[in-house]
Parts: sequence; structure tokens; C-alpha cells
Amino acid sequence: MATAVQTPEEAKGIRGRGSSALLTTALIFPAGLWYVLLLVAPLIIVTIFSFGNRAKNGGYEAAFTFDNYVRLLTQTQRMEPFFTSLWMAVAGTIGCLLVGLPLAYFIATRTTRHKGLFILLLVIPFWTSFLIRTYAWLIVLGRENVGGFIGSLIGDADFRILGTPAAVLVGLVYGYLPLMVFPLYVTLERMDRTLVEASKDLGAGRWATFRQITLPIALPGLITGSILVFIPMMGEYVIPQILGYGRTFLVGNALVDAFVQTRNWPFGSAMAVLLILVMLITITFYVWFVNRGRHGREVSVL
Amino acid sequence: MSAPAVPVAGPATLGRGTKAGVDRWGGVIELWLRAHTAIVYAFLYLPIVIVVLFSFNANRLATIWTGFSLEWYTTALGDEVVQAALLNSFSVALPNAVLATAFGTMAALGLQRVGRKLRTTFDALTYISIIVPEIVIALSTLVLFASSFSFINDTLGTRIQLGIPTIIAAHMLFNISIVLLLVRARLSGMDRTMVEASYDLYASPWRTFRQITLPQLLPAIVAGFLLAFTFSFDDYVITSFVSGPGSSTLPIFIFGQVKRGVSPETNAVATMMLVFTLAMLALGQAALTRNARRSGGRQAGGMAGMIAETNG
Repeated sequence: MATAVQTPEEAKGIRGRGSSALLTTALIFPAGLWYVLLLVAPLIIVTIFSFGNRAKNGGYEAAFTFDNYVRLLTQTQRMEPFFTSLWMAVAGTIGCLLVGLPLAYFIATRTTRHKGLFILLLVIPFWTSFLIRTYAWLIVLGRENVGGFIGSLIGDADFRILGTPAAVLVGLVYGYLPLMVFPLYVTLERMDRTLVEASKDLGAGRWATFRQITLPIALPGLITGSILVFIPMMGEYVIPQILGYGRTFLVGNALVDAFVQTRNWPFGSAMAVLLILVMLITITFYVWFVNRGRHGREVSVL
Repeated sequence: MSAPAVPVAGPATLGRGTKAGVDRWGGVIELWLRAHTAIVYAFLYLPIVIVVLFSFNANRLATIWTGFSLEWYTTALGDEVVQAALLNSFSVALPNAVLATAFGTMAALGLQRVGRKLRTTFDALTYISIIVPEIVIALSTLVLFASSFSFINDTLGTRIQLGIPTIIAAHMLFNISIVLLLVRARLSGMDRTMVEASYDLYASPWRTFRQITLPQLLPAIVAGFLLAFTFSFDDYVITSFVSGPGSSTLPIFIFGQVKRGVSPETNAVATMMLVFTLAMLALGQAALTRNARRSGGRQAGGMAGMIAETNG
């Protein structure tokens, strides 16, 4: 989601004309109020709660303790959802890449008049309900269809896909694929094709050209796409719940368990804070990567 | 299993740059690229097609095809639970989309007029609201509502509880950010000379806004409205945690059904939802294309292009 940020000159040019502080405040106020009340406040509350104790009947009891973090970070069993989420998100990102890169490459370099149509066909499923697209795989992967078919191929009548990490992985790749393809497509589309021609004229093979020309050019899109799919996968809740029957226990499921089932709000809050930290570290790494060698310019990346 | 209308590139574009004899893998790679693309598009549409198909199944079992029937649509539409959920879905999505579009657009316009510090803060919050996982937003919002409601109710003796207003409020956060991003992207790519010209011709700021800025922003505003509406209409995660008794929406109904095993009625409800959201997409696309043609703009990609651009 790269959005060019208004340059200060432009902003000044607009500010110069008949501006009034009152109007500016009125314009920004509602959105600002929403950010403060429904984003900043909840996140601050969760952070405060993460240092508290669980009340007897569940919920929060004021305290200042690091117990929740200590328990979370030292008990392997408590950290397990994080590791499961991490490897599922990494596997899902690689899956999206393997499926998405050739697709983006095809759309960017092999289609001519129908580019818009190809992109539209990618957007349409993305536009439809995530929940419906996910539960549809219950039918596709079920015992009567793909699951049973694979089972009969390998001669195992008890073979199941649903309820396993494999089903969750299929759901993840399916659900987030377009987010990988869009940025890849944008970078590949802008690629200067004469570079490829030049590489070939200089005797480089297909693989060498791909590795030394196409891939480096596609890298920013590849990284952006990876971040765009990795982050929501890391916090996914619906897909493991439906396709994994809740057995593939990701951070999202652990959070719901803590907040709603056991009503241990402080412990859940500690998990939430840790999850947000993981995201922030990922983003910071990403921003650092994108801004390498581009100092002094105001670049808004995500 | 036929790929839904995947047009194949003309033969003229195919062999370009490959030298026969020298590069004998060229043909194989071209074939593989095409096959891969066709399979991925099939993969994208297969589940959706199956849901629609099985909604017409004459069988009680959702997974085995026996014959064509419209029975499940009658059942679904006559089901009071579905009717209530449908009404709730609209009562949430529409006010949410209207308010989020208004607030998001206003903020985008206002942010042009403020100093860099405030703008950076706003940008940071916008990104945070999109980056923080939906489930974290949902649960922390639930904790906020639950804590503050119990405090208010205890002190004032009122009986405020979760319901449609809390769902709308929670959805609006994400949607304000989306509208804000879309409108700001459009603003930054806007032709400033028209605004300058308008001022030079002594038009008032309000008139300049109405006749110059607003028409140019319209595609982004329309796209933002439709995105906000669909997000809200389709959302399960946030809705399920901040909804109260009697405020279940369609996605909550579907999730509950799915947990008990997919039924053809579920598929019928899902199909109606799909048709509705796709109609919205088509409507938006048509509006944007017409707008682009009228103003001779470059936004030929319409909605799809806009979404892809914002994601890029």
C-alpha cells in the first residue's frame, strides 16, 4: 500500500488559500476521535492489562506484575501457538510466492490488451466474503471430494485433509494470494523489457537472465507482497477455526481462548502485546529494507 | 473444470525474444506459464463456483450432487433467523459506510492543511489500524466496551450493552483508514493547476472544492464507500466479538451453520451474499468507468486498478 505523501510545498500551497484553523479541526476531528477512542485507547488498555492479574471470576484486577510475560516466554506450551503461527505464516508466504510469482510474471509480460481483465479476475474473489471463500474449501477438501480422492490414491481410507495443518495452509494461500500478486505485478509491469533483451543478446540463458535481471527488479514487489501476506497470516483466526477444526492452534485462536473461554484478560493481553511486537519488528525490518540507500527522502512505504 | 474465461495472449506475443534452436526450453516455459496461470485462476474460482452450484442441490447433504432445486432459497428466505441477520447486516453496513466515507474523506482533505508533525502521527495511526491483526483489534475493542459499559452501568444504573451501534463503531475504524488512504492517494496525484486556475478566476474555496476537487476525488470516494460497505457486510471477526444479543449479522449466521456442517441453506445464503457484493463491485466499476470517460481521466482500470494501485 504505497501512498505518496504530500510534499510540504504542496501542503503549503493549499494552506495559503483561505484556510481557517476551525475548518481544519472540524475536518480532522471525527477521524481523529475514532483513532483515539477505538484504536489508541483499546491498545493502551490491553498494554496496561498485560501487567495485571486475573480477577477471581475472570477479567482484570489491577496490579503491576511481569508474571504474564514471564509465563508466556518461559513456558514452551504457552509459546507454541506463536511458533505454529510463525511457521504457518512462513510456509503460507512461500506458497503465495510460488503460486503468485509465475502468475504475476505472466500477467505483466505475456498479456497485452487483456491486462485489466486478468487483474479484475484477481480482484473479484478478493472482493467476496472471506468467510464464504474459506468454508467453500470444506466442501472441496472433504472426504467426498479431494480428501477422499487422495485417500483412495494412497489406499488409506482414513485419510483426511480437513482438520490438519495442510488444510489451513491451503486456506491461507488461497485467501491471501492476491495481496502477493498485486505488488509483484506492479513491479514486473514497470520493468524495462529491453534489459531482458540485452541480457539475452549478451548470451545469457533464461535462468541467468531471470536470476540476474528479473528477480532483482521484482525484489521490492516481492518483499512488499511477502509482508502483505505474512502479517495477516500471522494473526489469522477464521481459517484455522474452520479448515483446521480449531486443532491447528494459532495465536489468534490462543487469544480468543484466553479472552473469551478462560477469561484470563491479563494473559491474553500479554499475548496480544507480543503479537503486535512481532508485527512491528517485521515492519521495521521491511521499512529498513525498502529505505536502504534512499536517505533524505520522505517515503511512506506500506 | 474449465477456467473462467481466461483469454490467452495472441500468438504474436508468444515467441518474441526466443530464438528457435538456440533456446529449446522457451516453448516449454511458455506452455508452463500459461498452464500455471490457467490453473491458478481455476483455483481462485473453484470454491466459489462450488458454493453456488451446491446451493441448487436437491440433496440435504451439501457435498454430494443429486439434482437441481431452488428449494433452499425458499427455505433461506423464509427463515426468520436469516431475515433478522440480513436486516442487521444492512443496518450495520450502510451507516458504517456513509460515516466512514465522510470522516475518511474529511480527514484526507484536512490533513493537507496541517503541519507535518500531526500528519505523520495520523499516518502512523492509519497504518497501525491496518497492520494490527483484526483479531487483536476485535478483542481489545471488546475489552474496552465491556470494561467501560460495566463501569457506566454500575455508576449510572443504566443497561448499555453490545449491539449494532458497537459493531458500527468498531467497523468504522478500519474503514476510515481505507477511505483515508484511497482519497489521499488520489489527492496527491491530482492536477493542482485546475485548482490554481479556479482561484485565479475568483472562485470561492467552497466552489473550487465542489467543482474542481470533488469531481476529481469522486472515484476514490466511491471506491472507498463500496470497500467500506463490503468490508462491513462481509466481516466476521470484529462483528462476532462486539455484537450483542439479537445483533447477529449474516456472516455470524453462516459461521454458526458451518460449525454444524455445511448445509445447502448455508450455500444459498452465501450465494445471495456473493451476488449482492459482486453487484456492488460491478456498480462501482461502471460508475468509475463512466466518470473516467467523462473527465477523460487515465483511471481506465477502474475499481480493480484503484485497489491494485493502493495495494502496490
